[in-house]
Amino acid sequence: MKGITKTFPGVKALSNVNLKVKEGEIHALCGENGAGKSTLMKVLSGVYPHGNYDGDILYKGQVCQFKDIKDSESLGIVIIHQELALIPYLSISENIFLGNEQAKRGVINWNETTVKTRGLLQTVGLKESPFTQVSTIGVGKQQLVEIAKALSKEVKLLILDEPTAALNEDDSENLLELILELKKQGISSIIISHKLNEIEKIADSVTILRDGQTIQTLDMKKDQVTEDVIIKGMVGRDLTNRYPERTPEIGETIFEVRNWNVYHPTQQDRKMLNNINMNIRRGEVVGIAGLMGAGRTELAMSVFGRSYGKRISGQVFMHGKEVHLTDINKAMEHGLAYVTEDRKHYGLILIDDIKRNISLSSLKKLSKYGVINENEEVLVAEEYRRKLNIKSPSILQKTVNLSGGNQQKVVLSKWIYTGPDILILDEPTRGIDVGAKYEIYSIINQLASEGKGVLVISSELPEILGMCDRIYIMNEGHISGEVDRQDATQEILMKYMTRSRG
Amino acid sequence: MGAIGELFKKNIRQYGMIIALIFISIFFQILTDGILLKPLNVTNLILQNSYILVLAIGMVLVIITGHIDLSVGSVAAFIGAFSAIMMVDMQMNPVLAVILSLLMGALVGAWQGFWVAYIKIPAFIVTLAGMLLFRGLTMIVLNGQSIAPFPKSFQKISSGFIPDLFNGSTMHVLTLVIGVLLSTLVVYQEFKTRKIQAKYGFEQSSVWLSFAKSAALVLVINAFTFVLAQYNGIPNILVILLVLIAIYSFVMNRMTMGRHIYALGGNEKAAGLSGVKTKRVTFWVFVNMGVLAALSGLVFAARLNSATPKAGTNFELDAIAACFIGGASASGGIGTVIGAIIGGLVMGVMNNGMSLVGLGVDWQQGIKGLVLLLAVGFDIYNKSKTS
Repeated sequence: MKGITKTFPGVKALSNVNLKVKEGEIHALCGENGAGKSTLMKVLSGVYPHGNYDGDILYKGQVCQFKDIKDSESLGIVIIHQELALIPYLSISENIFLGNEQAKRGVINWNETTVKTRGLLQTVGLKESPFTQVSTIGVGKQQLVEIAKALSKEVKLLILDEPTAALNEDDSENLLELILELKKQGISSIIISHKLNEIEKIADSVTILRDGQTIQTLDMKKDQVTEDVIIKGMVGRDLTNRYPERTPEIGETIFEVRNWNVYHPTQQDRKMLNNINMNIRRGEVVGIAGLMGAGRTELAMSVFGRSYGKRISGQVFMHGKEVHLTDINKAMEHGLAYVTEDRKHYGLILIDDIKRNISLSSLKKLSKYGVINENEEVLVAEEYRRKLNIKSPSILQKTVNLSGGNQQKVVLSKWIYTGPDILILDEPTRGIDVGAKYEIYSIINQLASEGKGVLVISSELPEILGMCDRIYIMNEGHISGEVDRQDATQEILMKYMTRSRG
Repeated sequence: MGAIGELFKKNIRQYGMIIALIFISIFFQILTDGILLKPLNVTNLILQNSYILVLAIGMVLVIITGHIDLSVGSVAAFIGAFSAIMMVDMQMNPVLAVILSLLMGALVGAWQGFWVAYIKIPAFIVTLAGMLLFRGLTMIVLNGQSIAPFPKSFQKISSGFIPDLFNGSTMHVLTLVIGVLLSTLVVYQEFKTRKIQAKYGFEQSSVWLSFAKSAALVLVINAFTFVLAQYNGIPNILVILLVLIAIYSFVMNRMTMGRHIYALGGNEKAAGLSGVKTKRVTFWVFVNMGVLAALSGLVFAARLNSATPKAGTNFELDAIAACFIGGASASGGIGTVIGAIIGGLVMGVMNNGMSLVGLGVDWQQGIKGLVLLLAVGFDIYNKSKTS
């Protein structure tokens, strides 16, 4: 791609970007959120048709003018978006050949479809029947179905947008192996990822974008690229320390869970959490590490006003006194706040502005006899916009238009404004770029220094190790270990995370 | 010039329908040789559309929560029949009967709200069932026949006018006085807001804009009361409507309850995890719809002076159309009470205008359908352009 420039009304998303992918290589594309990675890939795959941008796309030396995705797919360029585009209620084979049905005059040949699906599933290493409904398999397997779908289109250049963002370590590992395997078969890939260790592992070269411009293209081997080099290119400065310094001042225990048991909401006999005991002290940042499905989110949600699970038993203590947090309002009254994992679906009212999102949980504080003091509300929103450095032209900006990092700051503002003693942050930096991550970490440290207890649930071990004073490790619904900061290493955490019971 | 253009562009969605309403009015005013805006016809317009507008207020709340209510026409008919049994057959005191009717409406709303909010059956299905159920009940209660006549005092809800305390001979003086009082209120409010904004140190629009806005509003209010005063003055039902509009606008814009309704419609899960009692709010929105459907049924019965098994047919469609023309979003979270009223008036003026020029009901239906489609299409086009 040569000299690509793409403008949206009011913003120049890409300016004169160059990207060169060699045949048979894995090319990583890095950049902060909003740097233009996804836009560039949409141009390449024909989502933005020719004429919509300036510059040229050259494929095997030929100038291409894609009118739509079909055009680019016919040349073997296939994009897999971050949000998977599978139809949940159709089977694997129906999904794979959707829009590309094995049909004659509109009549589908199901036998051929099934046979081909079997072959494709074997290639990607997915042991599922072609008739399995997609909604019944996990995200990791769905990702493989997407790749099988791409393969069915005789892909030559595969574009993967954040393929491992929603996967656990095992599934990520598998996926990366598969991409390497495909490379051997001569399929080139462009991979967009925030996980720099993955890039280091599999990429042959890397292109870094910043503010819609190409910063540099590096050969992983020749240039001896390390994570630090990539980060420096992405943020335009050295990040000597990815986790801000903090001297913990830890006080008495303010929150404790004892003998906490929770069953699955619909499968009555399935025990999701088994005899959990944990506590958080004043000014402490506590981490929960664990693989996906270990029960971390379930623990947080079941404690937070019983928003998850059935047949909950056990005790919760705040400041040494037992409390019964039977609904979310009670949990909030007792000083609990929960920042959800999926901010778009569970955290924000996307069609509402920053101001209304921040005030939503604290309307009682802002109103008298149910009438909201809108002027106070504006002041509060302005205060948090300044304090948490939410980057937007005004507090009346709709949250749907904000970047991931700024959206997360809005959700944090909402919960900090409720004045909690304990904040539970579920994957607080997922899908957020490096610069904004640092800011979120600083906010967490600030909260701890104000004497609040912070519980961080995270799948990124370096983050847990870098931020937390004490770490609980969960596995299969129970706590399999507890380690202090000074004793913790990735290896120890991994060992507890994967250790099976019994 | 640029600033005015910018201002217009920013508010086109808010004022688009008002402008459309003005154009449609002017269009029919010309087409009917000035009959449309004659005092008698303006009064008629209000009386004809009052029961739809009452429904539209409740409906817009339901739509903002992301639901729909198809049963309101049947519920209105059922409550009309219920009130007729009490007032005509049992000779009950009208005031008591009205109160009981509204309570019955609340009960009906609670019934449907229970299924929607707590059992999680889609509102489309619950209220489709309700549409059949309450139509059936209406016919059972009425034995398939109409009941009439209602007591005189009850009919006054729809056919009465506020008394003229000043005994004007050619003009209804109290109506004019009310116009002036409302004008003062508008100007006072505008200045009060400015003062509070100044106190908090907020950015303010220019004084001229405030002035122009108040002047326009004052002009509209007084022109309206002037026209009404030339006939019988302000109808009772208009007073009820204005009070409802004021209350519901205030609740939706300024109170926590309203904020919870918008949040629930915008993202139910996020609202729930932020401490909004989503089930309870949904339930009460349906109870409220039931009460307003009951009121609508009473107003219609009073206007017709009889309770009939066929009353309220297709009311739900008019009310729903009013909300969507007024800018509500079918996926929830967006919409205003004022918008729904404007939407209702657009439909009302068109109905009235087309009848006046002698267009058949067949054509009226078709044209109304196209207007609904175009209005929503225009709205969606605008949204896609701005985002």
